[in-house]
Amino acid sequence: MQRIGVFVCWCGSNIAATVDVEAVADALSKEPGVVFATNYQYMCSKSGQDMIREKIKELGLTGVVICSCSPRMHEATFRKTCESAGLNPYMVEIANIREQVSWVHKDKAVGTEKAIILGRAAIAKVQLNTPLIAGQTPVTKRALVIGGGIAGIQTALDIADAGFPVDIVEKNPTIGGKMAQLDKTFPTLDCAACILTPKMVDAGQNENIRILSYSEIEDVKGYIGNFDVKIRRKARYVDEEKCTGCGTCMEKCPMKKVPNEFNMGLDNRTAIYIPFAQAVPKVATIDANYCLKLNTGKCGICSKVCLADAVDYEQKDEILEEKYGAIVVATGFNPISLEKFDEFAYSQSPDVVSSLEFERLMNAAGPTGGTLLRPSDKTHPHTIVFVQCVGSRCDASAEKGKEYCSKICCMYTAKHAMLTREKYPDTEVYVFYIDVRTPGKGFDEFYRRAVEQYNVHYIKGMVGKVVPEGGKLKVQASDLLDNRQIHIDADMVVLAAAIEPDKSARPLATKLTASMDTNDFFTEAHPKLRPVESPTAGIFLSGTCQGPKDIPETVAQAGAAASKVISLLVKDNLVGNPCVAKPDELMCNGCSSCEKVCPYGAITYEDKPFRGPNRTTLIRRVAVVNPAVCQGCGACTVACPSGAMDLLGFSNRQIMAEVDAICK
Amino acid sequence: MQVDKNWTPTIVAFCCNWCSYAGADLSGNNRLSYPANVKIIRIPCSCRLNPMFILRAFQRGADGVILCGCHPGDCHYTTGNYYARRRMTLLFSMLDYLGIEKERTRVEWVSAAEGAKFAATMNEFVEAVTALGENKRLEDFRCKQ
Ligand SMILES: Cc1cc2nc3c(=O)[nH]c(=O)nc-3n(C[C@H](O)[C@H](O)[C@H](O)COP(=O)(O)OP(=O)(O)OC[C@H]3O[C@@H](n4cnc5c(N)ncnc54)[C@H](O)[C@@H]3O)c2cc1C
Ligand code: SF4
Ligand code: SF4
Repeated sequence: MQRIGVFVCWCGSNIAATVDVEAVADALSKEPGVVFATNYQYMCSKSGQDMIREKIKELGLTGVVICSCSPRMHEATFRKTCESAGLNPYMVEIANIREQVSWVHKDKAVGTEKAIILGRAAIAKVQLNTPLIAGQTPVTKRALVIGGGIAGIQTALDIADAGFPVDIVEKNPTIGGKMAQLDKTFPTLDCAACILTPKMVDAGQNENIRILSYSEIEDVKGYIGNFDVKIRRKARYVDEEKCTGCGTCMEKCPMKKVPNEFNMGLDNRTAIYIPFAQAVPKVATIDANYCLKLNTGKCGICSKVCLADAVDYEQKDEILEEKYGAIVVATGFNPISLEKFDEFAYSQSPDVVSSLEFERLMNAAGPTGGTLLRPSDKTHPHTIVFVQCVGSRCDASAEKGKEYCSKICCMYTAKHAMLTREKYPDTEVYVFYIDVRTPGKGFDEFYRRAVEQYNVHYIKGMVGKVVPEGGKLKVQASDLLDNRQIHIDADMVVLAAAIEPDKSARPLATKLTASMDTNDFFTEAHPKLRPVESPTAGIFLSGTCQGPKDIPETVAQAGAAASKVISLLVKDNLVGNPCVAKPDELMCNGCSSCEKVCPYGAITYEDKPFRGPNRTTLIRRVAVVNPAVCQGCGACTVACPSGAMDLLGFSNRQIMAEVDAICK
Repeated sequence: MQVDKNWTPTIVAFCCNWCSYAGADLSGNNRLSYPANVKIIRIPCSCRLNPMFILRAFQRGADGVILCGCHPGDCHYTTGNYYARRRMTLLFSMLDYLGIEKERTRVEWVSAAEGAKFAATMNEFVEAVTALGENKRLEDFRCKQ
């Protein structure tokens, strides 16, 4: 039996005016286990707290009930008070007799009666309280960023700035992501390379940042503060330490017909390659699918011409094992494949291009040196049709494309149209749209400039069909506002393809036990209040892997994710919430029901030995809750069919004791 | 049936810590009154509500049980209230089958800003349960005394 002290607060007249505090203390003093009950003007005042401390020591109280204002006000206060008197802070319960009684019930007799019942419920609960100790786990002061686009770069720079080491794992040979492929960027039209490459260089030179390019995440174990990660460093057949990035090998490599992914396949590269001039790290990589030496054993020219002796055909994949305290996912996006949209003749004519291809065709470092030329005959296009929402905002029943709005296409199409008209005023530019969506600072002004200043023809309507015919692209469309059919003989058609999360994100999410939505975007811990955290503690989200975003939004979110990581890494130890789920191993049958409902992935299973009949040992699979990850929601406790799972601090018995006290 | 004029129902209200308990606090702050029959039990999330607790309440003589949680999509734990909603739908239809009328059980979403909604909901609920009279179906009379 506990030795319980009951302290009834007047809260000045806030409680005392409509509740007979003396009668409450008196009635509660008769409850089982109560050794002391009193009332006092302000329990939260210093003298009130001193009294609690004194009585704990004097009477050896093992439990404390405070009848006062809402626990949301002073639970923390009273827990600290008790802790300072040597009582476990979780041996305190509060009966809310202000917000739930004196402030809502005017009749003193009624209020007093209810206050007594609430006091009884709190006493009944405290009877079953057990001292809880918040677990402490040390924090590895190091972060991992997965994905080296602008999101990953910005997050890494901010974390490194705060003095913590960061590793960026990027699957491609260089960091930079999609932004490195862009020409100019809305809404200011500054060149992407001019603002991105200095950041890439900063990341490459920052002593707190290590870039693991051409690498992928192999396996993730552990939890917040203590992740164990295996990283596969794919063989690039070039020694990173030795390669100076001079590019001699690229000049001499005889295999020159490899589609250049950086230029969206619009031109070719060599088998040994550096994706672009400002790549970071500036190190060559051999594409094993095309290298003659690796495939046929003949050639070996690059090794011979390399003055640094960096080429190594024997290189193998390597597995790095590292420890991190926090992981940031920044795996970005890709435009969707356009194969299901062949009404636009993407596969039939090279002059039908995606918007990202168009970026390369406009880019001074692109395949055409920045002159806009048709891929088919390298002539200058005079009529260009842009089609927005290709694969965005699709009907779910259509079974192609995405239901969501890709968010960036309206703006970059306006940008493309404007840049085209600026560079080539003789070009007619048409934009077909469903809606023009340009919220954002300076965005609508930007779009209106395209219409008003650059005379881009914006037509509300969808393009039905594009037919390549005699060197032209016959575009059939409808104008919804004028309600008429339109036929345009275009030289080029540009499709604003929807964007989707990188294909590698789904398997990565499984490794991280981070949740995703049906579109494979990572979900946030709370859509409004915790937008840069994954529900899995210690995993943070940065950039377009969480949802469509432009660069300003990506950078803002990247900084927010970094600050969350920093506030985690500055801690030496993580103090957990001790009110966590706890399975009873003897009752658990390892059915996995609890694991399925846990939003945080806090539950795993272990094979444990149990004593069987006749001195045998049985190995059984039982649930194990990681207290550092569990947030204490209690979903699992109800899902458990065998009643094995319980929640500390809100146990089944405690809540039922409250129910009993109230219904008596 | 004899009706005791002075009889008032016993109502147990389970409120999640993050939204509804705060909503109840707010109705206190704003002095919006509701009947004193309503006694609140704080749980971390609506998904913590084990159907067992509701059965226990009816067994011990509660006349109505209400669960309040965050609005769908606003759960502090992201998905807890969806679990609660599904579980309660099942439980309530089973209880109805056992003779505990649907009006005696209820799930309501009350945000931390909806003090007025909390008070109004409780007023309505108490009225509905009062109209039904005492719950005798599941009550275990051995528990009394
Ligand atoms: C045609 C077009 C034009 C645009 N124009 C503009 C503009 O003018 N202004 C503007 O603000 N925005 C523009 N955007 C949007 C802009 O490109 C994005 O907002 C930005 O690139 C998002 O950055 P990110 O880092 O989130 O993703 P990404 O740039 O996609 O970077 C993700 C990185 O992660 C890597 N990665 C992916 N998966 C893994 C994995 N499993 N392991 C390791 N690494 C991985 C990828 O290789 C990549 O390097 C445009 C987009 C398009 C398509
Ligand atoms: S209480 Fe919630 S967070 Fe903790 S293990 Fe159970 S379901 Fe997961
Ligand atoms: S649901 Fe219960 S029985 Fe099943 S694995 Fe979890 S704790 Fe064990």
